[in-house]
Amino acid sequence: MKKNSNILLGHGSGGKLTRRLIEDVFAAAFKNDLLAPLNDQAIFSLPPGRLAFTTDSYVVNPIFFPGGDIGKLSVCGTINDLVVGGAVPAYLSASFIIEEGMDMDELVMIVRSMAETAAASGVSIVTGDTKVVERGKGDRVFITTTGIGVVRDSLDLSPSRIRPGDAVILSGTIGDHGIAIMTKREGIEMDVPVESDCAALHTLTRDMLATGGEIRAMRDPTRGGLATVLNEFAGSSNTAIAVREDSIPVKEAVKGACEILGFDPLYLANEGKLVAVVAKGSAEKVLFAMKRNTLGRDAAIIGEVRETPKGTVLLETSIGNIRIIDMLSGEQLPRIC
Amino acid sequence: MKYIDEFRGKKRAEGLINEIRRISRKEVSIMEICGTHTHSISKYGIRDALPKNIRLISGPGCPVCVTSASDINRIIAFSRSRKDSVIATFGDMMRVPGSSSSLQEEKALGGDIRVVYSPINALDIARSNPGKEVVIYAVGFETTAPTVAATILAAKEEGIKNLSVLSLHKLTPPAMKALLDSGDVMIDGFIAPGHVTAIIGAHSYEFLSKDYNSPCVVAGFEPLDALFGIYMLVKQLEEGRCEIEIQYRRVVSWDGNRKAQEVLNEVFEPTDSLWRGIGNIPRSGLAIKDAYASYDAAKKFIIPAGEDAEPAGCRCGLVLKGLVTPDECPLFGDACTPETPVGPCMVSSEGTCAAFYKYRKVA
Repeated sequence: MKKNSNILLGHGSGGKLTRRLIEDVFAAAFKNDLLAPLNDQAIFSLPPGRLAFTTDSYVVNPIFFPGGDIGKLSVCGTINDLVVGGAVPAYLSASFIIEEGMDMDELVMIVRSMAETAAASGVSIVTGDTKVVERGKGDRVFITTTGIGVVRDSLDLSPSRIRPGDAVILSGTIGDHGIAIMTKREGIEMDVPVESDCAALHTLTRDMLATGGEIRAMRDPTRGGLATVLNEFAGSSNTAIAVREDSIPVKEAVKGACEILGFDPLYLANEGKLVAVVAKGSAEKVLFAMKRNTLGRDAAIIGEVRETPKGTVLLETSIGNIRIIDMLSGEQLPRIC
Repeated sequence: MKYIDEFRGKKRAEGLINEIRRISRKEVSIMEICGTHTHSISKYGIRDALPKNIRLISGPGCPVCVTSASDINRIIAFSRSRKDSVIATFGDMMRVPGSSSSLQEEKALGGDIRVVYSPINALDIARSNPGKEVVIYAVGFETTAPTVAATILAAKEEGIKNLSVLSLHKLTPPAMKALLDSGDVMIDGFIAPGHVTAIIGAHSYEFLSKDYNSPCVVAGFEPLDALFGIYMLVKQLEEGRCEIEIQYRRVVSWDGNRKAQEVLNEVFEPTDSLWRGIGNIPRSGLAIKDAYASYDAAKKFIIPAGEDAEPAGCRCGLVLKGLVTPDECPLFGDACTPETPVGPCMVSSEGTCAAFYKYRKVA
């Protein structure tokens, strides 16, 4: 039988082509008992605790980039949104909006990448959906994943618990994902290509929580970057957060690309990093645990929480002056000269 | 050698600041022409680190900011009237408000407007869209102009016919001259832009020392470059010297980049140009020479001049001339913020108002 090498509108019709796509591509890759009956829903029970529930859509262009692809990203991103709340991730759903004409091999690669990432993270993709839109109405593929996980009853992570005196820890270098995407999209060749940091952080948060240290809040600095997360923390806790530019790890190649493109690494997206606010007395212990995990190898204490000015993020620049770090206004656009 | 951290060291910065404090006696007003300097000075808090008797004035060196409202209205009108056109422009230009819209809003409404990192990217767009006319909306100073010229030369060699350039390029030395001639603002010396000068050469500022008795230092953009440039200029002023000096020697020479100059002069010639806030400055713009008229959007199409109305209350014009600081504008920080910019100086990251707002002091 001749295989379709491109996605057709018929693949979204609900008929035979749809069934074949689901069975041959999705169910074959995601393979698990909950998905196998191909029911309209997956029915399962979860270990005791409170539930964490999150959803995210992935529309990245290019869909394949150094260090990952849209499939890996869609699994890691949703797992990370669960684990920074202290949850142990359990199940994911995956919904695909595919543009007519998309290369079937590319779709298969993306789906396999999702399956591998999920398996490596100990989660199953147990339900999903597929729609096909006319050529020109999408951008090859958009993926929405929803995740559910369990938070143990005694654990309560929330920015509202942040207190003056707490330490701010960053798990590694910033801006890798943003620059990997940007340079690939624009065809900019770098001497040392930057790879996306796209990774699921469940082992890192597990190791951090296992220290028993007083972790107040965690968040992954994706869109809007580190600057946005710090502003959100300062805003929700009504404190000031002061960080030192020199202590924020940035790869040399990312710094260089930022200079060329006119970007500020503080605002660039990351997909495998987290920021944690930790009680001062627990900071060294948590940092030590992070550095022992490869995902937190470059972790560093980058600053501390202060009383005032409330709701503000302060940066001590590399030449020793203090300035405010604001939220990004609009899109970060490349400058002219 | 690393090229970033070496020029951002705290110890060296403190050393330079102390040295400036030690030698500085006179009340002086120094203009940094270039928006990238303005940005760097604000970002690293250099203005506050200097002694009070040194006043830094920001000049009209942000290409987006000096593009007149009429020129923005003009390209918007063109994009609306030519549905078969692609407008290729640089990122910052997208958000600048014209009289009633911006390129960003036009894009959302269906205009085919694309951000390019280099004008060469517009060639790719033209190749892959043979049925469309690709117009490069070319703003920028002497740094950007050679790449646009090279794009036109490449298009000609390849026989690409569906590409043209609306040249709004501006030249730096004539603007400096116009500011001094106007007598509106007292300037004791200039910090000249490193990258513009890498192209045109430091000799281009000789008129400053010869005709205006004004010293000038060409400086780089890292905080230590800017501080060292300020130190050299203050030293000249204190010693009563009036010379054209280069701090940014790792990039800038006296003669400049001959190859870039050749490319630029092959395609462009000086023309009068309208600067937002300053007005018309003779021979301060670049027009495409007749030999390349088929690549000149202004000649290829009828693109009527747009109306030239400034937003009500906006003082960008005065900011661009260094006559007021951004916080002296009643709109600054209230009606005009980077989220809802009223004037161009708040839009571009190189703009004086945006730099003042983004890196404002801790209250």
